[in-house]
Amino acid sequence: MKTQQFTVVDPLGIHARPASQLVAKATPFASSIEVRTEEKAANLKSILGVMGLALKQGSQFTLVVEGEDEEQAFTALTTLLTEMGLAQ
Amino acid sequence: MTHLTGIAASDGIAIAKAYRFVQPDLTITKTTVQHTDAEQQRLAAALAKAEQELAAIQQQTLKKFSAEEAAIFEAHLLVVNDPELIGPINQKIADEAVNAEYALHEVSSMFVALFEGMDNEYMSERASDIKDVTNRILAHLLGVHIPNPSHIEEQVIIVANDLTPSETAQLDRNFVLGFITDIGGRTSHSAIMARSLEIPAVVGAGTATTTIQDGDLLIVDGLSGQVLVNPTADVIADYQEKAQNFRAQQAEWSTLVNEQTMSKDGVHVELAANIGSPSDLDSVLRHGAEGIGLYRTEFLYMGRENLPSEDEQFTAYKMVVAGMKGKPVVIRTLDIGGDKHLPYLPLQEEMNPFLGHRAIRLCLDQQELFRTQLRALLRASVYGNLKIMFPMIATIQEFHDAKAVLVEEKEKLIAAGIAVSSDLEIGMMVEIPATAVIADIFAKEVDFFSIGTNDLIQYTMAADRMNEKVSYLYQPYNPAILRLIQMVINAAHKEQKWVGMCGEMAGDELAVPLLLGLGLDEFSMSATSILKTRSLLKQLTVTDMQALAAEALQLATADEVIEKVKQAVK
Repeated sequence: MKTQQFTVVDPLGIHARPASQLVAKATPFASSIEVRTEEKAANLKSILGVMGLALKQGSQFTLVVEGEDEEQAFTALTTLLTEMGLAQ
Repeated sequence: MTHLTGIAASDGIAIAKAYRFVQPDLTITKTTVQHTDAEQQRLAAALAKAEQELAAIQQQTLKKFSAEEAAIFEAHLLVVNDPELIGPINQKIADEAVNAEYALHEVSSMFVALFEGMDNEYMSERASDIKDVTNRILAHLLGVHIPNPSHIEEQVIIVANDLTPSETAQLDRNFVLGFITDIGGRTSHSAIMARSLEIPAVVGAGTATTTIQDGDLLIVDGLSGQVLVNPTADVIADYQEKAQNFRAQQAEWSTLVNEQTMSKDGVHVELAANIGSPSDLDSVLRHGAEGIGLYRTEFLYMGRENLPSEDEQFTAYKMVVAGMKGKPVVIRTLDIGGDKHLPYLPLQEEMNPFLGHRAIRLCLDQQELFRTQLRALLRASVYGNLKIMFPMIATIQEFHDAKAVLVEEKEKLIAAGIAVSSDLEIGMMVEIPATAVIADIFAKEVDFFSIGTNDLIQYTMAADRMNEKVSYLYQPYNPAILRLIQMVINAAHKEQKWVGMCGEMAGDELAVPLLLGLGLDEFSMSATSILKTRSLLKQLTVTDMQALAAEALQLATADEVIEKVKQAVK
């Protein structure tokens, strides 16, 4: 299992456009990929789940990846999160 | 061949296939299913179709609009494939042996409620995206069709119950040859829109959406109000000839573009145009208007999320005033309330909005709004021949109050060194019977009157013009209306003031002879009616029309008046 903590830096929070890109990136991987906050957890392969967390600028979350291709999935997603300027 | 009759709302004849712009019935019922596997397969098939459809819409949008607008469909596609949505629906079908429609509705409602409940406005609006996608899936389950006007790829005639402004905005004008609606009248949005697009329309056709199927061949005759469904080859040929004749007549009218409007005995009257935005200027000039008799400024405030700034308004007014190159431009101050609302200006719900807090009443109450508009108008006044008019004046006091605010803003601008026209005429709409009755007193105060017949008729007859059941009371030719118009014109002329008319009546071929006889100075109408009216006026003699009007005023009913005019003019 691989995890990393992030803080949302995008002023608009995790809105539809970047959420779509994250879900599209996560879906092909076999591993389970989750976004966890203090209260809730969401499947990163679900657009409704990710947006349902309503993460705003400054919100903290943990990315949790577990499964056979967790290395590749983890790298792909952490890269995307930071490249988009969404979270760090 | 089926035959429908409605109200002729916009001239011309179109022949094309029907495109039904009708939202389907998506009502669902809960049923128990025997084979849950089959039910899950039915869901999978509906999802696949919805996905295919969304991908196609995404491509269309990308082609016709921008990547920005297409992006939303990317999110919609992800929703169709969302494991947290689809998983629970399949689970529900299996566990409870319920139909797919019901399971979809139950699960999606949970997400809709979750998003609607978020305190962030952006997120709560996403609830409508979820509804949008689930309705699309639901439509496939129910075997009904959701119209997607961005998909229109051939010339069509739009068939709708009624068309709202947001629906007309989605239509690609290159492909829309005409409108047919179930409800509405000559002044409803779809009718006004059709006239400004210069395409034929029949409105109030009653059962158009239930009679006409997608792909039916239609003839829309916007001259007579007839709609023919799946006509025979003979009828089509007949109408092709009629359409040809109509185009020939239009060509003849177009020779009158640069002519002054004159009666047969050489009396000049002014033919002006009604407009809603600076983009209408092109059509106004093309149809040879001698001025603008009504610029409805409320469209500047509609379809947006905040008030237009003073500079933004100034730019629009200046464009119109300068664009008319010295010809008169009458701009009406904001007429909001009634049936027009602004999302960013919350107004109290009213029992009778047309008798409520609207137009000048609202502006005198919310003065900042009013003053911003007046400053923009005053600044634009130096670029041509601007006249300002207040809507819905009921009392002398209201006119004084509105004028005082205008004068105050004018003086402030002058003090600040900003140029303002020195001979700015200030007038008012006559649309409330109380002002027509004491028009002699108002005439001493104003520079001009403009008679707004749409409202004047509805207030005089006490008949809501949107209500089909009382539409028989919308009687422009009722002697009561004609007498009110006569009172206003006589009172104004006694004080050497001019009178215009900016309602639909001013461009009506049966009303024009009477109005000429009554002494109306300015006729303001849809730009597309100007040349037809100019051609008509050329054939009328003022002295004859005076006699006709005098007789009409003594008749008892609207029908008698119509009969009298028809006899006199034919």
